[in-house]
Amino acid sequence: MAIDKDLEAAIAVTRFGLGAKPGEIGRARGDPQGFLADQIRTQGAELADSSGAGSIARMGEFLAYQQERKTARLDGDPKSDPVKIAAKLIRQDTGADFLARVRLGAATDAGFRERWALFWANHFTVSANKLATATLVGPFESEAIRPHVFGRFEPLLVASSSHPAMLIYLDQAQSIGPGSRRAAFAAQGGRRAGLNENLAREIMELHTVAVDAGYTQADVTEFAKAMTGWSVAGAREPEGLRGRFIFREGAHEPGARTIMGRRYAENGAGQALAVMKDLAGSPHTARHIAVKLGRHFVADDPPPSLTARLERVYLSTDGDLGQVARALISAPESWDPQARKFKMPYEFMVSSWRLAGVDPDRLEVVAPTMTAMGQKPFSAPSPKGWSEAAQDWCAPDAVIKRMAWSEGLADKAAGDRDPSQLAVEALGPRLTSAVAKAVSRAETRSEGLSILLMSPEFQRR
Amino acid sequence: MTNLTFPQLSRRKALLGAVGVGLTVDFLGSRTWAAVDDDLARKKLVVIVCRGGLDGLSLSPPVGDRNYANLRGSIAIPSFGQAGGALRLDDTFGLHPSLAAVHALADKGEARIAPAVATPDRERSHFEAQDVLESGAAVVYGTASGWLNRALETMGPPGKVKAISIGPTAPLILRGRIEAASWSPGGGAQHDSRLPGILQDLYANDPLLGPALASGVMTQAMAKVAASDGAPPDPSPAAGDAMSAGAGASGDAMLRPVLARGLPQARKLGATLAGFMVQPGGEQIAAVSIDGFDTHANQGAAQGQLATRLGYVDAFIDALASGLGPSWSDTVVVMTTEFGRTARVNGTGGTDHGTASTALVLGGGLKKGGIIGDWPTLQQARLFENRDTAPTLDMRGLFKGVLRDHLGVDRAALDNTVFPGSATVAPAANVV
Repeated sequence: MAIDKDLEAAIAVTRFGLGAKPGEIGRARGDPQGFLADQIRTQGAELADSSGAGSIARMGEFLAYQQERKTARLDGDPKSDPVKIAAKLIRQDTGADFLARVRLGAATDAGFRERWALFWANHFTVSANKLATATLVGPFESEAIRPHVFGRFEPLLVASSSHPAMLIYLDQAQSIGPGSRRAAFAAQGGRRAGLNENLAREIMELHTVAVDAGYTQADVTEFAKAMTGWSVAGAREPEGLRGRFIFREGAHEPGARTIMGRRYAENGAGQALAVMKDLAGSPHTARHIAVKLGRHFVADDPPPSLTARLERVYLSTDGDLGQVARALISAPESWDPQARKFKMPYEFMVSSWRLAGVDPDRLEVVAPTMTAMGQKPFSAPSPKGWSEAAQDWCAPDAVIKRMAWSEGLADKAAGDRDPSQLAVEALGPRLTSAVAKAVSRAETRSEGLSILLMSPEFQRR
Repeated sequence: MTNLTFPQLSRRKALLGAVGVGLTVDFLGSRTWAAVDDDLARKKLVVIVCRGGLDGLSLSPPVGDRNYANLRGSIAIPSFGQAGGALRLDDTFGLHPSLAAVHALADKGEARIAPAVATPDRERSHFEAQDVLESGAAVVYGTASGWLNRALETMGPPGKVKAISIGPTAPLILRGRIEAASWSPGGGAQHDSRLPGILQDLYANDPLLGPALASGVMTQAMAKVAASDGAPPDPSPAAGDAMSAGAGASGDAMLRPVLARGLPQARKLGATLAGFMVQPGGEQIAAVSIDGFDTHANQGAAQGQLATRLGYVDAFIDALASGLGPSWSDTVVVMTTEFGRTARVNGTGGTDHGTASTALVLGGGLKKGGIIGDWPTLQQARLFENRDTAPTLDMRGLFKGVLRDHLGVDRAALDNTVFPGSATVAPAANVV
């Protein structure tokens, strides 16, 4: 596609990156594709600089909190101050993790790498819908997602599926094979213990082959049985194990399983690994991921020629995501001059901070604003993650909320800067004459900046 | 001129008089339509979608079904009259003890249950089932617009009957050719800002942002009117703080969704929606989403996480019904979910994705009657795939019955455009 370097640089920075910092489009101009390719690296994406506590430490704190709550309940005071304070501290950790990620996005020089990591974090959504997952979602991204995003898909799938955050979020940790020793033991004690198929279903439906792959309820149940035993070490386990992945032999459903026509011999924890290997290598998975990437980076309804290309590369490289990323940025369809993607609130806010040079260091401002725009921090509404559809983000009320926030940001950040110059820095050749004119006619610098942030071009990428 | 006498006569007499002096059929026709339109102009419909798969067997526990307690084990709701027991509807069914306000409505004949409703989708996937529920199509991803929006299209030119969704994102059920407003707690643009006007010019050719901004600005103005009328859209604290930099919302506010901040907020949301709907020219159709019903683990019984959620639902409905005042008799509320859950409690004190669930139908003008649809019972042989409550009523039939009998949507439109290819699905009769 014959488009000039200036426009290509603007697309590289705004569509594939997280939006332009002043000067960034200029830096990409020499070699826009190379500017993106240089951000692909085998060691994965940066880790957001938070407290540094990993999931094991966080789980330890959470288990201590649960113990404290249990004691308080026995003492007849379930809402005692120590319990409340502990819960609050755990929530503060979650907030700190989110803020660290937002600040990384606002500051990084590798916007494409960060966007790529965010895509995979959303693909393998863990939502902070309960305290246990809230405290683990930050570590989940750092431990299971970010190191693996430019490697092969299978290790990423296994890392996600075996991480305590995912095992708890989708109820796998408590799943017990109905024919296992543990189920028999529970039955003796008059307790019921059984299968929970939530994670198995979502791995098939959302993470790998997708719902049109032709599997049945029986395949889901069989996969759930293969996964029994995959769990998280809790308070009863030795201290060195707590908060780590654990395979509970006694909870594992004995026997061979048949899933989507393939037989998997009994092999303890390895049985589910064998299933995941086949799921990762399936052409259905290649297609599902190709379409999702096209939908995230290029258009809600991505060109079939693009997704076919990504699918081929996925299959021919055994799911090498670095190679898939290179295929994405070298595909001509990716450089369509028309910006078709409407920014989600997170993307809109991060790109605004990047342009305005603001460090979003106050959670008490960032979190409620994002919530009001429809994207509550770390809290995708379902395991499907955040929607890619423009229509889901531009409800009338959400647009009003964007406008109100833009005005507030512009008031604080406009200073003595020239909004017309910022418009060029933000959009390069994507800046239309109508927007340039409206910005130049603004009554104040602050009004000019808020017009720019709310312009149709800045709202899209 | 005959029509000069109209003010002295009732509409009916005027029409008869018009016949008497030989006015044209055309004239008569348009008058008749006007009469119907006036009727439509008073009608209101609220659709509440509970996302995640709401457990019908807890919403309306069939405590009189002989298999219920055994299948449900630790999560069974106790029977009538016991501590934390179900609130009695009939010999078989009760309501969850968190639903006291809904139960009071049921006692007056203003709330009924349809205990075995399902969409045509049988895949047990949240996303597919929600798509089918909201699009109204017979198959998943069959259409990109929502059935409530297509129903609006049958009610006259755009803007005649107005609609609103509550929450920051636009639900599929209300997406389509007719523009709908949306609203959630929180402030709008700065006082006397020029920005909305400037942006409306910039968005003139923007198919996405143009209509959204225009509608949002209008709703903001309506919210101000609603507030000054004494209706209560006073923004919830956390969302309000969002708009003023430096306000002191605590960091953990982010972990609580809009409807889960507690009973007062749920109540406020119901009252606010009522405030919008009772204004002259206000929205007649509303869509509300409530999340958090995917109770795979520790769902609880009379108390617990599901009970808490149902408490919010109860407060929301209570505030909505009382806020609507006299209009409640012209209102129908339908509350439904994408699918029910397994009949048996699972190994983790919860339930997994199932098939049929309970829909609640509420309103001041419901027809008297028992449950809507048949109860398949929980006998093992009757469970769908030996697992779930079996569906006896197609959810589209329930919606079709309400649209036909409450809003006058005709059968052909229901069969072909609102719910495409649904001619074999009869509208549920005797609901409204």
